[in-house]
Amino acid sequence: MRIAIERRLNPSTWASWGGLGLSILLALIMGGIVFFMVGANPLKAYSVMAAGAFGSLYNISEVLVKAIPLILCGLSVAISAKILIWNIGGEGQLVVGGIGSAAIALFLSPYLPSFLVLPLMILAGFIAGGLWASIPGLLKARMGVNEILTTLMLNYVAIYWLEHLYFGPWRDPMGMGFPGTAIFPESAWLPRFPQTRVHLGLIFGIVAAILLQVILWRTRWGYEIRVIGENPKAARLARMKTTQYILWVMFVSGGLAGLAGMAEASGIHYRLQQGLAVGYGYIGIIVAWLSRLHPTGLILVAIFLASLLVGGDQLQSVMHLPSSVGLVLEGTLLFFVLGSDFLSRYRIRLSPK
Amino acid sequence: MGQALIRMEGITKRFPGVLANDHIDLEIEPGKIHALLGENGAGKTTLMSILSGRYRPDEGAVRVGEKRVRFSSPSDALQCGIGMVHQHFMLIHNQTVAENITLGLHRPRFFLHRKKVEEKVEGLSKTYGLSVNPTATIEGLSLGEQQRVEILKLLYRNVDTLILDEPTSVLTPSEIEELFATLKNIVREGRSVIFITHKLEEVMEIADRITVLRRGRVIAHLTPNDVESRRELARLMVGREVVLKVEKKPLALGEVVLELRDCSGFDERGHPAFHNISFAVRRGEIFSIVGVAGNGQSELVAAIMGLKPFSSGEILVFGKSHQRKASPPMEEVGYIPEDRMGMGSIPNLNLLDNLILTSYHQFYQHGLFQNEAAREMRDGLLSKFHIVVPNRDALARQLSGGNLQKLILAREFSRSPKLIVAEQPTHGLDIGATEEVWMELLKQRERAGILLISGDLKEVLSLSDRIGVIFRGRLMGVFSSEEEDWIGEIGPMMAGVKRG
Repeated sequence: MRIAIERRLNPSTWASWGGLGLSILLALIMGGIVFFMVGANPLKAYSVMAAGAFGSLYNISEVLVKAIPLILCGLSVAISAKILIWNIGGEGQLVVGGIGSAAIALFLSPYLPSFLVLPLMILAGFIAGGLWASIPGLLKARMGVNEILTTLMLNYVAIYWLEHLYFGPWRDPMGMGFPGTAIFPESAWLPRFPQTRVHLGLIFGIVAAILLQVILWRTRWGYEIRVIGENPKAARLARMKTTQYILWVMFVSGGLAGLAGMAEASGIHYRLQQGLAVGYGYIGIIVAWLSRLHPTGLILVAIFLASLLVGGDQLQSVMHLPSSVGLVLEGTLLFFVLGSDFLSRYRIRLSPK
Repeated sequence: MGQALIRMEGITKRFPGVLANDHIDLEIEPGKIHALLGENGAGKTTLMSILSGRYRPDEGAVRVGEKRVRFSSPSDALQCGIGMVHQHFMLIHNQTVAENITLGLHRPRFFLHRKKVEEKVEGLSKTYGLSVNPTATIEGLSLGEQQRVEILKLLYRNVDTLILDEPTSVLTPSEIEELFATLKNIVREGRSVIFITHKLEEVMEIADRITVLRRGRVIAHLTPNDVESRRELARLMVGREVVLKVEKKPLALGEVVLELRDCSGFDERGHPAFHNISFAVRRGEIFSIVGVAGNGQSELVAAIMGLKPFSSGEILVFGKSHQRKASPPMEEVGYIPEDRMGMGSIPNLNLLDNLILTSYHQFYQHGLFQNEAAREMRDGLLSKFHIVVPNRDALARQLSGGNLQKLILAREFSRSPKLIVAEQPTHGLDIGATEEVWMELLKQRERAGILLISGDLKEVLSLSDRIGVIFRGRLMGVFSSEEEDWIGEIGPMMAGVKRG
């Protein structure tokens, strides 16, 4: 037998969605094998995960809590990928966004009317994340420096800077040595939905997704972004201002991740502390690609991945499985979905030798 | 040499949505030059890729002598003495000629006997008139020389059957003559040559046997003596009468729309690309610059279109100079780039997005997309320019080459430009599509001045009012297409020979 790979002329939407379903099923089967290998009953493990994620209204709300930063970080990756830039610095931009908004909450809020505190924090988070992403943006646009390296490296800079702040100058003097800033004043807390930890960040995410969707497919900016991303030469032919767009898109991309950091700090922790940088920026990359850079579809993917995170935590506490099993499941899923994406664009034929 | 007869019997090959070869029978006799004639997409290259082991037939058999062979790779075919020079050469650019020629050979296993290889290559190039320096690196060679390396590669492997895919498309007229002499040398020894082409004159000049393919089927097996006229051959190839001479009436010339004064510019590596170029194009005429690809044309066009800076001189569009980095007004200049996929279109976006590329400001009011207006424009252009599409929401990459080019023409001409720059507008298109493109250009000439950049002499002679010949970045001469005694000089001028 010989295997031939051929490009499909007309990739069908049916095949691509069917493929997505099939790949999730296959990933679950593979994950089941992994559960089996670590000595757990796969069916029981999945039911624990499902119960953990969707077993009660509170659990569902916890899924949404984790989905919020994933949506924003996913959008951040998606918008930059549309213009052919790999922003894998979401984690750092999230952190810097958190720092920016915390600066307002900690040092400026006493001098502000309380209704102004949150809007200013939102603005500060967005701008701080955006400026942080503009460093690689500028390097890319002006000097052609590879943004994959610069965005990634700036993550570490941001995280160490955050640690420096809450271990050092911004540490809570009344915190009994606990590493973290003082609790924000209440005017700096994002309102939560009753009985849950779901905060207003969910609305940020949904509004941002809808806005991006409209901008990308209905406005001149979106058209220019899509043309520049798909074919920079054609964009030059049409006299589009590629350099300017790279700068703007990087700013907005970083701003979205920064907004995620603001929402985490002001909606969940009410301070800067260790739990701020827990990898949402990286999972955002997976979210963006699983949703095929489709802003509104991305919301569903983010919720799905959040349910894996929440359900995976249950594996650890209920079944005493290593927490890395959840990560294995996530990786398997990405692997199969990218595989199905490939199969929807190409087909494999077996032919006798 | 005692080469065997090769027979292809009932070869059928399907690609997704296309029947590329439909039960084709073909015999290759030793000692003959076989021409495989057909339009683009007729299935010539597919058929030969099967013979050379690159593809496998869905049905049918290949026999060498009495033995049925099944190739699963090009190296299997080489073992049986069959090798192919593809249209896009397969050479390693930073290696030498000799290294490329021995690439993939199992012997020597480890050590390269460079001297020996170089001597053998030199011997071969002397015998067959394929002059090329075995120690030169590929990137410094012209396309003609690279082609010689590809042929030497096959001769070095002692191939009996050489397949050449559109070998003359990259050559100057004099290089074509040299190639033909070499091919005659090769068949004299009992080897055979298969020559894929869509150019009738070449077939008549060199072929001993002619096979005409159309839409994946064999239409005729002929010898040159059977052919009554070129028109007859063209009819076989296309299936209907082809206008070989385009009717065009002279028009009253209007104002100057493009003028170059003493322009010079550099290529990407900073070498001079064109020197002291001066000419003017008026509304109502087609001015052609003809030359072999790579003689400074693309840099010149980039300078005119404001895509690349030029170093000295002046370029005036509608009487206004655009200096160095600035660009001419997009609304009134239509541009048909040479690279349809890479620059002219956005393959992964839909027809609508592609059609508005150079006029998109019109379709966004207050930044918002005017869907209705754009769809109306799209539907109008698709029918007006006879663009065949799988469906109206298709992506640009799903169009065939000819239809994609018509889409680009539709986009550029719909703005009623007063200046049109068309770069190799029919390169790679079949006769039917070529004709449509020509007709459109002639229609546009009634209201615009057209600068046509082409390597195809026939195209230039059919369309132009005036012709400039470019060689190594210099205009060798400019003359009217009426001056018939000049026409014979164009070929030599393209190769750098000035009339003495």
